[in-house]
Amino acid sequence: MIRVQQEDFDIGAEIAKLKADRTDIGAIVTFTGTVRDQDGAVEEMTLEHYPGMTERELSRIEAEAYARWPLQASLIVHRYGALKPGDNIVLVVTASEHRDAAFDAAKFLMDYLKTSAPFWKRESGPGGSHWVDASQSDTHAAARWRKTKHAAE
Amino acid sequence: MRLLYFAWVKEKVGRASEDVAVPEHIATVAELIVWLKSRGPEFANAFEKQDVIRAAIDQSHVRHDTRIGGAREIAFFPPVTGG
Repeated sequence: MIRVQQEDFDIGAEIAKLKADRTDIGAIVTFTGTVRDQDGAVEEMTLEHYPGMTERELSRIEAEAYARWPLQASLIVHRYGALKPGDNIVLVVTASEHRDAAFDAAKFLMDYLKTSAPFWKRESGPGGSHWVDASQSDTHAAARWRKTKHAAE
Repeated sequence: MRLLYFAWVKEKVGRASEDVAVPEHIATVAELIVWLKSRGPEFANAFEKQDVIRAAIDQSHVRHDTRIGGAREIAFFPPVTGG
């Protein structure tokens, strides 16, 4: 399941909802991304996104994870709008019978989300504001999964 | 055709979206960018580093050599930075 929202999320509540009435799940992995301030340089972070395409991309990435790993449940929640340092940005939850699939799928979802979900961060602070540049390491992290897929074929 | 702009592309062109009549000889995303750059200094500035700009046709990522025939909505934006 995917959700794009302005409101904060409660990790405990999301996990409880995901496993409600289920006893077949053996492993749940969660990743939470939060707004990081570097030496007081960031007072606010605004996340812009492309309504419609964002949901499509997140659903596509999630479907790809299900095609690669035996997942029993998953959830991606991504916030947009004005956030403060320490605020939650993104939540990824994966559930499977055993831990490996849940760990790998969670990392895959984050790596792919970072390079394909249409979100853009703008940081503001005492020095003014600027759009955050895309990171080379994020691109490499996502590319690694393509190699892995080919190796498995 | 509906064009959408996001993040600094939006700021530089000074609008979030617009409906434009794209000339029929414009076949690909790359050609559309070249045509957009001719529309005014704000477009020339926004699309100056053409290779950096990402595009989506009808809400799917595409490369610049993709043909635009039949597209309802084309979006231009910087590399994404979510997560």
